[in-house]
Amino acid sequence: MYTVILKNVHKIYQLGSVGVPALSDINLDIRPNCFTVISGPSGSGKTTLLNLIGCIDRPDQGEVIVAGQAIGQLSDDALSDFRARHLGFIFQNFNLLSVLSAYENVEYPLRLTQMPAAQRRARVLALLDAVGLADKANNRPGQLSGGQRQRVAIARALAPAPQLVLADEPTANLDSQTGAAIIALMRQMQREHQVSFVFSSHDPQVQAQADDAVFIRDGRITHVQRRVDSVEACA
Amino acid sequence: MNTLLLALRNLLRNRRRSLTTLLAMVIGICAVLIFGGYARNATYALQTGYVQMHGHLQIQHSNYFLYGSGNPAAYGIANYPRIMDVVKQDPVLAPLLTVVTPKLQLGGIAGNFAAGVSKNVIASGIVVGEQNQLRTWDDYGSMSYSPQFALTGTSQESVIIGTGVARMLQLCGPLKVSNCPQAPVAPVSAERAAPDDITALSALEQRADALPANQTHIEMLAANVHGAPNVVNLNVVKAENWGFKEFDDTVMIMHLAQAQRLVFGGAPPQVTAIQIQLRHTSQMAAARARLEQLLATTFKDEPLEIQDFETLAPIYGQSIRFFDSVFGFIATLIGVIVLFTVGNTMSMAVVERTVEIGTLRAMGQRRSGIRALFMCEGLLLGLMGALLGVLTALLLAGLINHSGLTWTPPGYVYAYPLKVRVWGDLGLIGGSAIGLVLVAIVSAWWPANRAAKLMIVDALRHV
Repeated sequence: MYTVILKNVHKIYQLGSVGVPALSDINLDIRPNCFTVISGPSGSGKTTLLNLIGCIDRPDQGEVIVAGQAIGQLSDDALSDFRARHLGFIFQNFNLLSVLSAYENVEYPLRLTQMPAAQRRARVLALLDAVGLADKANNRPGQLSGGQRQRVAIARALAPAPQLVLADEPTANLDSQTGAAIIALMRQMQREHQVSFVFSSHDPQVQAQADDAVFIRDGRITHVQRRVDSVEACA
Repeated sequence: MNTLLLALRNLLRNRRRSLTTLLAMVIGICAVLIFGGYARNATYALQTGYVQMHGHLQIQHSNYFLYGSGNPAAYGIANYPRIMDVVKQDPVLAPLLTVVTPKLQLGGIAGNFAAGVSKNVIASGIVVGEQNQLRTWDDYGSMSYSPQFALTGTSQESVIIGTGVARMLQLCGPLKVSNCPQAPVAPVSAERAAPDDITALSALEQRADALPANQTHIEMLAANVHGAPNVVNLNVVKAENWGFKEFDDTVMIMHLAQAQRLVFGGAPPQVTAIQIQLRHTSQMAAARARLEQLLATTFKDEPLEIQDFETLAPIYGQSIRFFDSVFGFIATLIGVIVLFTVGNTMSMAVVERTVEIGTLRAMGQRRSGIRALFMCEGLLLGLMGALLGVLTALLLAGLINHSGLTWTPPGYVYAYPLKVRVWGDLGLIGGSAIGLVLVAIVSAWWPANRAAKLMIVDALRHV
């Protein structure tokens, strides 16, 4: 069972009266528990594809199935609830809430899933410990380095125990050493938490870690490279 | 981290902007409360003045209010002593009463024939002690400065006149009225200035034991109960300013017995009104109901009716409506200013936090959650603004109330302490505070709704 299935997906952006195709005829299966990288030059459609997989955008044509759920049939609220329970996001700019501490940032998605307070606390502390920030729980993002912020973002993405984590250029704003550490941490977390990671990235370090690599150009998938070929191979 | 706490932290994120917004709200609600308190005090002061003058209720002959003014003979109340006794001893009314006093109003001509001048006047015959008691009513703590009548302890022929009457009768000098222009000296003799018939009547009225003529001596001519002219000698003890020029130019106050002698002579004396003053204005409806019951039963054969001070002094209601309209205008103006101030603040917050909104939505926050977050920020701004505004207004009101300033209500010549009645006026405080909070919530709604409707991908792309 694939974590994500895209069938004949098309996405067109309207620029005034002109329709600009961002994705054309995308067919893609993302395997569970794999480290999947979407690569391609700027403007190729990586982020658009990631947005569709992350259920924060809808295709103009075709079908997107995530964690067994066809998202085209869901209302906006249902889709929000779906994202809260099944998806995690890591952003290039970390996108932590500046008014919340590291602890509160990680806790936020758990509040959306109505997790009981005691259970929530235990999970947040465990995740902060897992990303090496147990001692920074009360620090706000402004008091953390870039690498530390991205660690908090990783913990936040994993907090609701999602089936899929999406990361848009997660190392783009980090130096190579910190980026490598973050990639290693994400790889570790992906394995420990048995979760699928999908990246969009130019970073060779990220591509080197990938189980699967999806190459995209001009809105079309040119080829998919799988390190091993079985559906459950990554697990 | 509940929504309210998150909203509070978001407000504290840009302290200067939040403080500026709060300041606008505090100034706004202060203006509303201070003016509301001032208007309330003005209303109380006006009411105090009119209740001191008219009492709360008056029993009058039917239609006297509409048609009987100046005609005490046709619209008098002959049975007034018994009516007053019944009212005073009524078990329902007695606990409510402070004063029940008769009054006779009549029209006539006052003449200072030594100076060759005369003036038509409206005279009121009063029981001085009871009228003085009327003037002590101060249910609202206005600390009224209304003076006692200068007729207190004077002889029956003593009267008070308005300064306008004194001016026209050329009595300002003898009565030591300040700011009273002197009329040019009449080119003709006093005997020629007065009509012959009045002069003759005046002469007839002179008695052998009349008071020696002096500079404050005047004559008063009025129609008696039979329609014939009657004249009395009077001694003006004081000229008082009565505020309204039209009133000041015609008013004369005299002892009731003197007025009754002038109009009724040897006939049974009557009055034109029985003034009833209550302990509290709030008792007026109950007192009126009981009085109407008495008039319909005990005095069913007498053509009597009841008038309240608001009817007798229409300017009271007009003043309240004026204050209400100004208050409404100020409140609306402040509301619009707060609406745009909070709306602008929230709109800026939405723009600044667009990426954050996209992030929250991506994590699974529903549109309603985003809307609630910004609405909570508006609510908190409103609550903080209302709380700080009310506290500031109470402080300012306290300072004003202890400043020793005074003001003179329209139509008054004596001053009241300037007070701003905010403390204890829960309707004003609560209404203004709730209004401010509602305005803040309403003004936050549009930006909040806009934030909730942002497309996630567009929000995340926002720079």
